[in-house]
Amino acid sequence: MQWEAVIGLEIHAQLATRSKIFSGAPTAYGAAPNTQACAVDLGLPGVLPVLNAEVVRMAAKFGLATHSTVAPRSVFARKNYFYPDLPKGYQISQFELPVVHGGYLDIDLEDGGSKRIGITRAHLEEDAGKSLHEDFHGETGIDLNRAGTPLLEIVSEPDMRSAAEAVAYMKKIHALVRYLEICDGNMQEGSFRCDANVSVRPLGQAEFGTRAEIKNINSFRFVERAINYEIERQIDRLEGGGEIVQETRLYDADKNETRPMRSKEEANDYRYFPDPDLLPLEIDAAFIEQVAASLPELPDARRDRFGAEYGLSRYDAGVLTASRELADFFEQTVQAAGGEGKLAANWVMGELAGQLNKEGRDITASPVGAQQLGGLLRRISDGTISGKIAKQVFEAMWAGEGDADTVIAAKGLEQITDSGAIEQAVREVLAANPTQVEQYQGGQEKLLGYFVGQVMKATQGKANPGEVNKILKRLLAK
Amino acid sequence: MFQKTISELAAGLRGNEYSSEELTRCFLERIERFDGQLNCLITLSAEQALSEAREADRRLRAGDAGPLTGIPYLHKDIFCTQGVRTSCGSRMLDNFIAPYDATVSEKLKAAGAVMLGKTNMDEFAMGSSNETSFYGPVKNPWDTQRVPGGSSGGSAAAVAARLAPLATGTDTGGSIRQPAALCGITGIKPTYGRVSRYGMIAFASSLDQGGAFAASAADAAALLQAMSGFDPRDSTSLERPLEDYSAELERDLAGLTIGLPKEYFGDGLDAGVAAAVAAAVEEYRRLGAEIRDISLPNAALSVPAYYVVAPAECSSNLSRMDGVRFGYRCENPRDLEDLYVRSRGEGFGAEVKRRILVGTYALSAGYYDAYYLKAQQVRRLIRDDFTRAFSEVDVILSPTAPAPAFRLGEKAGDPVSMYLSDIYTIAVNLAGLPALSIPAGFVDGLPVGLQLIGNYFAEGRLLNVAHRYQQVTDWHRRLPAGFAD
Amino acid sequence: MSLDKEAVGRIAHLARLGVDAGEFESYASNLSAILAFVEQLEQVDTEGVAPLAHPLDACQRLRPDEVTEADCRDQFQQIAPRVEAGLYLVPKVIE
Repeated sequence: MQWEAVIGLEIHAQLATRSKIFSGAPTAYGAAPNTQACAVDLGLPGVLPVLNAEVVRMAAKFGLATHSTVAPRSVFARKNYFYPDLPKGYQISQFELPVVHGGYLDIDLEDGGSKRIGITRAHLEEDAGKSLHEDFHGETGIDLNRAGTPLLEIVSEPDMRSAAEAVAYMKKIHALVRYLEICDGNMQEGSFRCDANVSVRPLGQAEFGTRAEIKNINSFRFVERAINYEIERQIDRLEGGGEIVQETRLYDADKNETRPMRSKEEANDYRYFPDPDLLPLEIDAAFIEQVAASLPELPDARRDRFGAEYGLSRYDAGVLTASRELADFFEQTVQAAGGEGKLAANWVMGELAGQLNKEGRDITASPVGAQQLGGLLRRISDGTISGKIAKQVFEAMWAGEGDADTVIAAKGLEQITDSGAIEQAVREVLAANPTQVEQYQGGQEKLLGYFVGQVMKATQGKANPGEVNKILKRLLAK
Repeated sequence: MFQKTISELAAGLRGNEYSSEELTRCFLERIERFDGQLNCLITLSAEQALSEAREADRRLRAGDAGPLTGIPYLHKDIFCTQGVRTSCGSRMLDNFIAPYDATVSEKLKAAGAVMLGKTNMDEFAMGSSNETSFYGPVKNPWDTQRVPGGSSGGSAAAVAARLAPLATGTDTGGSIRQPAALCGITGIKPTYGRVSRYGMIAFASSLDQGGAFAASAADAAALLQAMSGFDPRDSTSLERPLEDYSAELERDLAGLTIGLPKEYFGDGLDAGVAAAVAAAVEEYRRLGAEIRDISLPNAALSVPAYYVVAPAECSSNLSRMDGVRFGYRCENPRDLEDLYVRSRGEGFGAEVKRRILVGTYALSAGYYDAYYLKAQQVRRLIRDDFTRAFSEVDVILSPTAPAPAFRLGEKAGDPVSMYLSDIYTIAVNLAGLPALSIPAGFVDGLPVGLQLIGNYFAEGRLLNVAHRYQQVTDWHRRLPAGFAD
Repeated sequence: MSLDKEAVGRIAHLARLGVDAGEFESYASNLSAILAFVEQLEQVDTEGVAPLAHPLDACQRLRPDEVTEADCRDQFQQIAPRVEAGLYLVPKVIE
């Protein structure tokens, strides 16, 4: 039988605020346990939540950027359950009336097409703390520093049909929240993580199969693996005559498998109801307008502009706009190079990306900055150096030997454009290769490349290739 | 000294007739002498009180005194007080010393009021008789075989016996007004949001409201003034200027229209209480008020709606009592489940458990619409009744409770009959309106309370209407035998 | 709606509330009486009536995004039943 997977993602993006969603405690990562948990975060008796204005602005930004409705009125609700990292015995979230709903995002597919993924809703909620299972004499330690950290939970429609689509969607959201500067996107620290709802059904069947929810996956690679594993598992089970149980599962990266979570075994009854400590959140048109005016250029618009403005392919423009930092770097490079979008694109995606990748560095940590790279490209386009020499210069710049002009001067890499000097070199090469000259003149014109190579070698690559060609042809014609 | 009004006491302090320390000692002595019979206090903070009194004396000498500086008061044990245990009448918090002050505690401290101790109450404010307290019931000073009402029973009985001139309370379904009525004193619950709920341990957040007990409306006005005001730490706090309650007290009542809701004078109302209320109505007529009959057609639904909404909210509010970060924790829990189940099972008393169970049920899957949502819809109908009524009248008058104080144990086995003792007070909380209770006579030696309900933000007017009545009556000056000297 | 002992057990579990075996009967009858009492709400026509979650028609006030709380861990953990190395301890949690 042919099976089709149906996947929906719930992405939790930690909002990059200074203070928590309902308290004035700091949100910085990595502090000593429980030093960033105030009375409100600890859920001590009598304390009350007050909503952080910044989270509302951030949620509105996300809504506007995903063609969603930013609700004029939304309501905070309590999700009730007992767990030691949930201090109040309930999580303040949004249930019936979320702050953002009904939007979409287009993802690019591997076959070059694109697909629209629906965004059902995005709601504000508080994060829970952390349980540390290391040995405390067989007990579990609870750190509530993270409790109360603002989250935007972004719920997609079940529109994805493969792990690759799910990853493309997740990457797109990841880029978007960073463009919007509402989330730092740090997946190691858990600032951006997702739950995947996965089911399979016979191809062509309209109804969805029973789904399993894989909790808390915190890398793109794990999302892909976990979903693929889960799809296989469900197909195997169904083909073996079994049934899928609706359950919550955990992805174990070490074993590359998903398994049921024991703690969530029983069916939960969260008893959602409007939080009486908070009033309805109202967002008026003036506020929306103000947020709209503050939005940066978004990835899709920027990709299209890169295509039009710099003559880049959709693919290249897509790669360069995948992160705001990379796109900014590219545009700064173009500016410093005095134009030359295509050249800059080739260098940013080629040499630079290769080096970064090799050293596992992020674009923001590149030893060669956009200004420096632009300076190098300027020297290529004005003929000071050839593209080949430029690679040598780039390597020196990467090693911290200074900017392009410094390296070129120090190493004497400036291109030889003096035709007298080039002619001299050409004559020497021709003199040293009489057999090849004869063959060339006998009709084997492919040998021109050989002579060019010899001349470049003799000039350590500094001869202007155009000039070398011209002189070679002239002298060989004799 | 213990029979003086707040303004007399304040004048005495300013005029150096006595110091705050002497005044404080006077009330501490009364507590020492009488509280054995009444059980009004859970925690006495005598040392701290004396030190606060000496500080108040310094402020008085420095000319830096407000109306409450140096005046002793008792604080309901639901308000967090940094350094002094806040038990909420529960074993669950028997060892809980809050690391912070409630906003109300902070305000009273800043006003220079002297806290004598923390008063007994129904466990987590759930009760109408003070019998659900982990610390044992409070006795009514008018008849120690009877209940003082609840949940703020300790505060009400203490003021009735003049163990303190003032006391704080909270009112979720009548917990200030009903004990004020049963103990023969004045108690006011302001508009929802007027007094900050920060640090006031939550029972039902959308209904809870702090308020004041005193012998008279004028005294209650002084305490309420100091407790009230906008608080940025409470999202439901009212962001509007605080009026000067004492400035309105003397306003003439001519032209005032008072509505009598027929639903509050029907079956179930004690004849003696009805007669006392009727006499009060006549008094108001003499004071120049116009009396009108009105109707609050959904009044009878307030108790059932309340007993869905309040338990639902409380079931969630009390989930934080889990034995992990503070409060009671059971011995040697086998596992996490056992820690929760036993800490909560052993830490909470029967009435609290009943309400948590009812509320959990009302919110659970499949029942939410039938119970919780329905109750919230009925809540709107109840509020709309009041909105209509206040388009016709300035103040609504009714009995506070259907009968005078009942006997200890009389209703303990029957929760529903206990709940019905709040039948006239609960609708006010559902609507979030201000209301107060003042003494209006006696039935068989037991006080009768008169309830006045005002429109939103009209606590100043209510205190004025109560005060004018107290100028022509002396019910509020009577003291229970055995506590009068 | 009347509740039996099993129903009380289910709700008690949801609320993580220990109820002694001997008390189930009385809780069941108490709760049934309370539910019977509140069921008079069913008679009310509330067609088209918006639920009122809050007495006043106000909306949520927002707090500026500022850090206002200092570290008070030591103070907070003084009242905690069981802490070690700054962590609250609970019996082993199995995920």
